[in-house]
Amino acid sequence: MIRLEKRPQPSRAWSLATPLVAVLATMLFGGVLFAVLGKDPVEAIRTIFWEPLFGEFSFYYRPQLLIKGAPLVLIAIGLSLGFKAGIWNIGAEGQYIMGAIVGAAVGLAFYPYEAWYIFPLMVIGGALGGWAWAMIPAVLKVRFGTNEILVSLMLVYVAEQLLASASLRFLKNPEGFGFPGSRNLQSYESAFNADLIEGSGMHWGVVAALIAVIFAYILLNRHMLGFHIRLTGEAPRAARFAGVNPSRLILLCLGMSGALAGLAGLFEVSGPAGQISIDFNVGYGFTAIIVAFLGRLHPVGILLAGGLMALTYIGGDIAQSNLGLPSAAIQVFQGMLLFFLLALDLLTNYRVTLRTSEVA
Amino acid sequence: MKLTTLLTSAAMALGLATAAVAADKTKVGFVYVGPVGDGGWTYEHDQGRKAVVAEFGDAVETVYVENVAEGPDAERVMTQMALEGADLIFTTSFGYMDPTINVAKKFPNVKFEHATGYKRADNVSTYSARFYEGRAVQGTIAGNMTESNIVGYIGSYPIPEVIRGINSAYIHAKKVNPDVQFKIVWAFTWFDPAKEADAAKVLIEQGADVILQHTDSTAPQAAAQAAGNVITFGQASDMSEYGPSPRVSSIIDNWAPYYVARTQAVMDGTWASTDTWDGIGAGMVGIGEISDAVPADVKEAALALKASLADGSYHAFTGPLNKQDGSVWLADGETSDDGTLAGMNFFVEGIEGDIPQ
Repeated sequence: MIRLEKRPQPSRAWSLATPLVAVLATMLFGGVLFAVLGKDPVEAIRTIFWEPLFGEFSFYYRPQLLIKGAPLVLIAIGLSLGFKAGIWNIGAEGQYIMGAIVGAAVGLAFYPYEAWYIFPLMVIGGALGGWAWAMIPAVLKVRFGTNEILVSLMLVYVAEQLLASASLRFLKNPEGFGFPGSRNLQSYESAFNADLIEGSGMHWGVVAALIAVIFAYILLNRHMLGFHIRLTGEAPRAARFAGVNPSRLILLCLGMSGALAGLAGLFEVSGPAGQISIDFNVGYGFTAIIVAFLGRLHPVGILLAGGLMALTYIGGDIAQSNLGLPSAAIQVFQGMLLFFLLALDLLTNYRVTLRTSEVA
Repeated sequence: MKLTTLLTSAAMALGLATAAVAADKTKVGFVYVGPVGDGGWTYEHDQGRKAVVAEFGDAVETVYVENVAEGPDAERVMTQMALEGADLIFTTSFGYMDPTINVAKKFPNVKFEHATGYKRADNVSTYSARFYEGRAVQGTIAGNMTESNIVGYIGSYPIPEVIRGINSAYIHAKKVNPDVQFKIVWAFTWFDPAKEADAAKVLIEQGADVILQHTDSTAPQAAAQAAGNVITFGQASDMSEYGPSPRVSSIIDNWAPYYVARTQAVMDGTWASTDTWDGIGAGMVGIGEISDAVPADVKEAALALKASLADGSYHAFTGPLNKQDGSVWLADGETSDDGTLAGMNFFVEGIEGDIPQ
């Protein structure tokens, strides 16, 4: 009989191994799925994981991995701080949108004036926009004890309405023939978040994501605040005895994750996307939740997980085009990844034992 | 080396390679904003792709990527297709405009076709359909059929395309029924069955017994069916599963002839950058079968209007027409120029309510 036995301590070995096992299981079951769809499974898996990194056109896809992965990592790092402390910000998508709107608005307010300080001001605007949007669930939670999961999630839909309004009204391109969408910031030099080395994909958002990883690592391992965050998540009662102020922690964690999501939005709108449009947000804020857990809420893990997610997106699009795989199959494949990760998580805290049933 | 030169040289090397290996196989790429099974906009573009395959068989290879978000993802997918040797790429959403132009700059030898946009280049054409001609036919049927004299209209976004449709439908409904009133709800989505159903229900509660939609799902049809005594029209696709009532007719996007012709032009080496805006006459806009729920005389009037739009003897925007504020837009017998239509941002006289600005 198979039994699950709780481990006295979570297994460190399994904690490190499960992401790898989950990826392998996803490849295996994904391969079966692709085979059922009548595609060569080995070729499909190779296209998704190998082609973007080492294929014929990898010189183009590698920079794209940075562009796709940077916002995911930046947002996920912020979310992981809160998640570690048991503070659940599910509305990063909304904070991402607000960062983009405020940042772009700051830039467009200066149009067509060129100056070096415009971009830094936009960066501050983006961070503030995301921060302010996250402060709504934070203050409501601290003041009235509302549930931050619901409030932050609902605010995503409010932000989407504001985004539509910005595209149609106050940020609409006056030279856009009545079509929705702002001016393209790519053609406004002072506001353009260009590649630092052309063609490298290395824009300021990528730099910010790397800084965020290092910052989060130091915070969690070397700083009192990081200790409080971990303590609150692992032993809330002990944290209170240790003098952790829960309200302060809620404001800080939601604020930081909001500001980072806002920054991600600003770097995206001023760089790769170029303009505010009704469909500007493509779900980075939600995918980042997956990235945060895939990376075990650890800064380095998140960096790797963001790269992996970006890889499946880019490889998935290549597989669609080259092998005729439907996009739904790619989405199922990505879903499997999270499913296996969460399922295998069990092994970190429980041990599977085989033994004959005992007589009571 | 700069990326552009890198890409261009890669594309050229590849172009030489493919020219040597498969000189006669033309590769055509399609970038879709929704899933091919959406039953509306993307579905009809994919029907066009299938028509290209049926027409040329082994002489073409088509590839497509669905659910491509507008923005950097679209740019990457287009670049990917160009790198993989596509000769012609159709980008089928308005939001792909700037990405298409960006990628086209890097691949001067690849031809691009962007749907519904206004930016062109030497290797970028634009194409769209005169859906407002179909709206004129709808308006005629709607004006005749309504008993409450209230026609409900589900708008998607207040962009020229949608405003043109509202104006055209209103003008022609008013012609056959001077008492007709339009009630407009903006859904701010192209495809969201729940929102569309809500919009339809609100309009029906306000007394509308005809629902026109500029959104792509069949949810308004279902809402009308549930309410009873309300008629609707299929949008983008025929939606004939809701016929003969509530769905009494439809506007069908038919991209197949255009896609076949443009592929042929690339094969013949005669492709040139153009701006195509075709209507009922060229077959780009189809009117779905008018069902028996519509009286014979109304059907006849609608078909006569369709015929006159098709042969060009009548323009859907013919004066005398005033703008909503009462100022003169078109004098008696004058027809609108395409420039005004392309950027239309005003309602005609008689429509109540404001365009969200």
